[in-house]
Amino acid sequence: MNIHEYQAKDILKKFGVAVQRGIVADTPDKAVAAAKELAAETGSKWFVVKSQIHAGGRGKGTVKETGSRGVVLAKSVDEVFEKSKAILGGTLVTIQTGPSGKKVNKVLIAEDVYYPGEAEPKEYYMSILLDRSTSKPVIMASTEGGMNIEEVAETHPEKIVKEWIDPTIGLQPFQARKVAFALGLEGNAFKEMVKFVTSLYNAYIGLDASMFEINPVLKTSDSKILAVDGKVNLDDNALFRHKDLEELRDISEEDPLEVEAGKSGLNYVKLDGNVGCMVNGAGLAMATMDIIKLSGGEPANFLDVGGGANAETVEAGFRIILKDPNVKAILINIFGGIVRCDRVANGVVEAYKKVGNIPVPIIVRLQGTNAEEGAKIIRESGLKVFSAIQLKEAAQKITEVLK
Amino acid sequence: MSVLVNKNSRVIVQGFTGSEGSFHAGQMIEYGTNVVGGVTPGKGGQVHLGRPVFNTVKEAVDKTGADVSIIFVPPAFAADSIMEAADAGIQVIVAITEGIPVKDMMTAKQYIKSKNVKLIGPNCPGVITPGEAKVGIMPGFVFKKGKIGIVSKSGTLTYEAADQIVKAGMGITTAIGIGGDPIIGTPTKDAVELLMNDPETEGIVMIGEIGGSYEPVAARWIKENGNKKPVVGFIAGQTAPPGRRMGHAGAIIGGAEDTAAAKMKIMRECGIHVVESPALIGETMLKALGK
Repeated sequence: MNIHEYQAKDILKKFGVAVQRGIVADTPDKAVAAAKELAAETGSKWFVVKSQIHAGGRGKGTVKETGSRGVVLAKSVDEVFEKSKAILGGTLVTIQTGPSGKKVNKVLIAEDVYYPGEAEPKEYYMSILLDRSTSKPVIMASTEGGMNIEEVAETHPEKIVKEWIDPTIGLQPFQARKVAFALGLEGNAFKEMVKFVTSLYNAYIGLDASMFEINPVLKTSDSKILAVDGKVNLDDNALFRHKDLEELRDISEEDPLEVEAGKSGLNYVKLDGNVGCMVNGAGLAMATMDIIKLSGGEPANFLDVGGGANAETVEAGFRIILKDPNVKAILINIFGGIVRCDRVANGVVEAYKKVGNIPVPIIVRLQGTNAEEGAKIIRESGLKVFSAIQLKEAAQKITEVLK
Repeated sequence: MSVLVNKNSRVIVQGFTGSEGSFHAGQMIEYGTNVVGGVTPGKGGQVHLGRPVFNTVKEAVDKTGADVSIIFVPPAFAADSIMEAADAGIQVIVAITEGIPVKDMMTAKQYIKSKNVKLIGPNCPGVITPGEAKVGIMPGFVFKKGKIGIVSKSGTLTYEAADQIVKAGMGITTAIGIGGDPIIGTPTKDAVELLMNDPETEGIVMIGEIGGSYEPVAARWIKENGNKKPVVGFIAGQTAPPGRRMGHAGAIIGGAEDTAAAKMKIMRECGIHVVESPALIGETMLKALGK
């Protein structure tokens, strides 16, 4: 599960991670009030207005309607009003949102932390994630803050330090020191960074996170270390023990069809193609999408109906897939194991009749226990449904119906 | 010969009396698997499906001589069950449970490193040696005895592959469903290595998917070890978009290395017979064996 920057900063702060102060607002008036409150609290004279959407690249992104950037600096309280007005309710397009962009419902009004002082402010990069090859969390840090870390990994891999943590004993003090020294810090900034790394790791474990990315981490002109941004990804499988975090979910950031499918217990991902599919099992579902492509179509979705594949799940699947206007054909691919194909076939026929007039051709491929009986039920149903047993046949049928 | 499980395996079921555990334990017994008992804390002393129920895995091992355990325990408690089985001296643990928190699995995987145990899964269909033992949830009849080993991250795609292999006139030595989670006990390479060293296995089907680097690691190992047996490979998710989780917790494209195209390229370079369509697994294996 993804959460917004303002939510991420709030929860990181509870774990003792130093963060840039900010207050979230959903109207320009509230943005002004937020700025005044921040000014009183921090003495900040300038403010950063930051769009809150679940996508990166906000600073370089553009609000379609007004031309404003997704993250802007306001040099007075009045400017906060104007600049948040140009963002709120608009559609922000970034490299990660795709051309359709995302609606901005909230802005984070943040204190200015790049104020002048003894030293130049300096940006760093830090992330914590699961290293799948070692099954351990790894802390990644770099002196190249504010940059795309994949580019840094490509051009200057030596500038990324990695520290693997033994999950059974946790982060050790020497490891936090190693990271801080590797970033070339000394004095107070060094001490602050050790504390930063330590509390960040505690938050990662405490929240059952799957990924943290803080880019940039800032050393201020007076040698404080703090998180200026915060990308937090939580482990969906662990949300059952974090009811408070579950409430941070923002459904407006998700595809409405995916939300609806989730309510029916279906694992559905919306894609841009023209052939819908309904499959039992995640691996076979991905493989079915690949077959659609190889047969001359493009998959319109990923949909795993799970082990059951009964009349109810198939009906729910039909209804979701048919809401996508791009769908020109539907392929149902079920490998019947413990659930027999004749029962799945009956379920498909029943679901078809319930949904009513389905305007696109349907190919039903049933393989496994009682595959022949299943095919017979489909053939004799009198419905506009093609039947197949072999995967190859199903692929050929797709090519035919798309002609 | 076969790997991991055979007719001499003495199997216990953790989460024996729950609905999933009961159903699949019944299916395994029907298949002929030597299920010697089960574990449900608090229900020790009862008899379920004609087999004794124990409170702890230790007790089950002491009383029945069990050496294999299959886990149907709910996600919140499953990692604990894995550690309990490893601690009690179980040799092969098959964890079926889907949805175990990553943090719990990190701990469990680290814990079992010091034990002499193989963990298969979690989030997997299990392991089957046709005609001898089914320790999993797969439909047993699809898997006929033969000379081909299967290693796969996916459930139904494993059945699909087995079905094609059987219909092409070959059969299966052992099929290993390694699981679709980001942390699994036996990565692709380790499972492939077991089958490479099995004298009865003549060819291997290796099925992967997007996410992680288990398949490239396995492919390089196969090449370094002289491509002793033909391997047919498939990677599901050639059409999957980046950044989206495709059903399995581990099936997500993070960077360029995670894509199906990148994995298939490395597999080809390592001498694996890569198929673009999963419909071609059976016939490609026939050709690879020169039949």
